[in-house]
Amino acid sequence: MNTIVITIISLSVIGSLSGVILFLIAQKFKVFEDPRIDDVEGILPGANCGGCGFPGCRGFADACVKAESLDLMFCPVGGNDGMVKVAEALGRVAATKDPTVAVVRCAGSPDHRRRTNRYDSAMTCEIASGLYSGDTACSFGCLGLGDCTVVCTFDAIHMNPVTLLPEVDDAKCTSCGACVKACPKMIIELRKKNKKDRKIYVSCINMDKGASAKKACSVACIGCKACLKACEYDAITIENFLAYIDPVKCKLCRKCVEVCPTDSIQEINFPPRKKADVEVAVTETQANKTIMEGF
Amino acid sequence: MRTFPKGGVHPPGLKIASGSAISLLSLPEIACIHLSQHLGAPAQPVVAKGDAVKVGQLIAEVSGFVSANIHSPVSGIIQKIEPAPDASGYAKPAIFIEVSGDEWLESIDRTPVLAKPNGITGDEIIAKVKEMGIVGLGGATFPSHVKISVPKGKKADILIINGVECEPYLTSDHRLMLEKGEEILTGIQLLMRALGVERAVIGIERNKPDAIRHLAGLAAGYPGITVCALKVKYPQGGEKQLIKAITGREVPSLGLPIEVGAVVHNVGTAFAVYEAVLKNKPLFERVVTVTGKNLAHTANFQVRIGTPVIQLIDAVGGLPGNAAKVINGGPMMGKALPMLGVPVTKGTSGILIMSDQESARKQSMNCIRCSRCSSACPMGLEPYLLMSLGEAKRWEDMESEHTLDCMECGSCSYTCPSHRPLLDYIRIGKSNVNRIIRARK
Repeated sequence: MNTIVITIISLSVIGSLSGVILFLIAQKFKVFEDPRIDDVEGILPGANCGGCGFPGCRGFADACVKAESLDLMFCPVGGNDGMVKVAEALGRVAATKDPTVAVVRCAGSPDHRRRTNRYDSAMTCEIASGLYSGDTACSFGCLGLGDCTVVCTFDAIHMNPVTLLPEVDDAKCTSCGACVKACPKMIIELRKKNKKDRKIYVSCINMDKGASAKKACSVACIGCKACLKACEYDAITIENFLAYIDPVKCKLCRKCVEVCPTDSIQEINFPPRKKADVEVAVTETQANKTIMEGF
Repeated sequence: MRTFPKGGVHPPGLKIASGSAISLLSLPEIACIHLSQHLGAPAQPVVAKGDAVKVGQLIAEVSGFVSANIHSPVSGIIQKIEPAPDASGYAKPAIFIEVSGDEWLESIDRTPVLAKPNGITGDEIIAKVKEMGIVGLGGATFPSHVKISVPKGKKADILIINGVECEPYLTSDHRLMLEKGEEILTGIQLLMRALGVERAVIGIERNKPDAIRHLAGLAAGYPGITVCALKVKYPQGGEKQLIKAITGREVPSLGLPIEVGAVVHNVGTAFAVYEAVLKNKPLFERVVTVTGKNLAHTANFQVRIGTPVIQLIDAVGGLPGNAAKVINGGPMMGKALPMLGVPVTKGTSGILIMSDQESARKQSMNCIRCSRCSSACPMGLEPYLLMSLGEAKRWEDMESEHTLDCMECGSCSYTCPSHRPLLDYIRIGKSNVNRIIRARK
């Protein structure tokens, strides 16, 4: 009986003493953490995608609190609304950005781009592109092994089993840029998001001369400059036999799509054209094809 | 019997083409010569479209310390200078020459008489090797003049000549040793003089007894040169493995052979040095083995660089019906060609044609931690670990696990019972580790 009493008393004394010591040490070495970091982290989407350039949402919240201004801070997942909330919590002004969306700039499906060899090594784009140019004659195009789909944390990009090309789900894409970084061929681009997810873009990044680009893929951009002449808004530039449409300058008039002789300019989510338009388009395209015979 | 102690594998030798004497291949109609045929900076073209060139004429010159001259392998007219796909399929700058006739520069000595290195000095040899665009013909195509210029403060005491040819199927070095023994030995004398060494050892695996006998017999007349027979083990032709096998010295991690006083050259390079220095002949042709189990016959061709690979295959009777892969090099380290129009370069040692059954990669399965890859690795690395780190993109960890010591011999992938693509991930790791090291500077 006596032993039990002594044990209980001594343990209680040791316990309370340790408690007091620990309390004092905790007070002495307390690390002050700005409570606003927790607030900001609560506002952020919590996807930890790294699209902001910081290690996870906590890292971004920490950086936002410590930063002088929020001009260079942007969470692509939360978008402008999210950044406004973050700015309110911190009593600062948020920089707004036009929303963007990932766009795959290759249309070389097997119909358009003949497979010239078969790849049987490790099924990742990174390894394939390190070994050789790819299983078609186009050394710029999509390898179709889906590194971009693996890295997407939002389930927004999938391989189309028919075209063997990745397709972006605009509703789910947060433009975090993970796929852009994962693509060794640098095919994916973040472009300005338009109303009703409408898009006009050159779906090709082949920088070979027109003749060899066309030989490798029937929907390759051949740098013929037809779109350059057709564009009224000075949105198109051509470099290395490749056209590029500036997403900010582009007014979505679709004139370039009509004149493109290889159909490498894509128009997506537009209403069908009026019949008259289509006829004009066809004649113009034919006119261009005659011009193109020089290639 | 000597060999290197650590790791290694024993793939079947399959030296089918070893009986075929070196034969001349006809000239191509159009030769395509890439400006980057060697390790280091691409050469700068010194000819323009429309120029007439003769065989052996300089068409592109060195740019930078590690670079090599390129000479015209044919005579004809420069058609164009523009990018063309190389063995990787990516377009790289190249010179196209439309071939007409076969007119050589007068300065090249085309007589078969054996020339002797009378009174030529080491510096003259190095200058000549540089001028004639000699690169290492073992496969790495490192410019030879850089390798024989011993840096200040270092001293070489042994020259090792690599006649190992440990890659299965390939026989170009074997044939060269049998047919050009005297020339190779004279080339070795020149290399010894350039390096200032008294001793040279030719390492040959004992699956080539005729070459060992032949060269050992001839070497009796060349003071300082001996032949060392080696036990057959892949990858004995690796520079570090060969030094270890012959001298017992170990080259430190990421170090160069000169740090242990050794310099290694291939037998093909020794022959090219002989021709360059004593016959004034630049490096514009080489011996290429064309082989495969399903070919009607195999061959060792003396080929001008710039000849399309398809011409070599046509010369042995065309592609067999069951051909699935055409490999540039041997089965262990070679890479499959994405197209057959690509030209032979200074580094092409063989063209191997394999059927689907022989070459198909098997389905990769989980690692069972059997450690066969670690036992097979001649550099003492742990490939299974490197692959896992590579998959997780942990480049810093890969660096501390000595990924850069990997020489991509493929012993790990060859030995893996789960058919894991170990080397593929290690390669990715190496390029990323190199990238972060460059970024640190």
